[in-house]
Amino acid sequence: MEVPILKQGLYLIASIQAALSDVDLVHLRDALAEKVGKFRARGVIVDVTVLDVMDSFASRTLRDLAHMTRLRGAETVIVGIQPEVAFAMVQLGLTLEGVDTALDLEEGLAFLDKKTKRHTSRG
Amino acid sequence: MASEAVIPINTDIDVVAARQKGRELATELGFVSTDSTLLATAISELARNIVRYAKHGEIFIAPVQSGDRVGITVVARDKGQGIANISLAMQDGFSTSGGLGLGLPGVKRLMDEFHLVSDANTGTTVTIKKWKR
Repeated sequence: MEVPILKQGLYLIASIQAALSDVDLVHLRDALAEKVGKFRARGVIVDVTVLDVMDSFASRTLRDLAHMTRLRGAETVIVGIQPEVAFAMVQLGLTLEGVDTALDLEEGLAFLDKKTKRHTSRG
Repeated sequence: MASEAVIPINTDIDVVAARQKGRELATELGFVSTDSTLLATAISELARNIVRYAKHGEIFIAPVQSGDRVGITVVARDKGQGIANISLAMQDGFSTSGGLGLGLPGVKRLMDEFHLVSDANTGTTVTIKKWKR
């Protein structure tokens, strides 16, 4: 299952549509690291709203993804972690340390705007 | 009563199949959504260990009943090399890189019951249970 990656302005948005295998996740990680360069993106949003399980591999891969894109000069924010998924992750000790998260796509975009200092207003 | 299932575990795609089967059964039995998620996550971790360390194995998922309690038991079996140091594997590193990286203490935390048998000749069997609340 390929994850579609949309370009919106200076951001890339990867919206996960269905359960992903390990191989799919690794593809997503590598595709985003590559596309950050191709599109000269400054921010990446990975929307995991539909994921009903985030196990150790998924957490590690998303963490790697965030760190890899940062090394490429783009900030990543993971959005849409469901409450039950968050609970299971904490029980497993998976805290996504060093990775930015936001409630949903809207918050994720606002976060990136702030982080990449692209304020739309001076307020 | 809902039926049991055996899912052969050979690739990462089987990991997804196994946890989906577990969630399906949990939903069928009327588990609350949170517990279905905990069960599916635990199955995912166990199936992942099979793929990573033993290469091949299976996950058995079945409803269980004890008095008026209903639950789900999951048995993850492989014929791999076994876990050399079980007490070390059960030590809580509480991080993805901590301990042996088997995630077993985490799985134990997600479940109501947890039982691990492992030796070099017969491989590893992890049995977990989650009761319906």
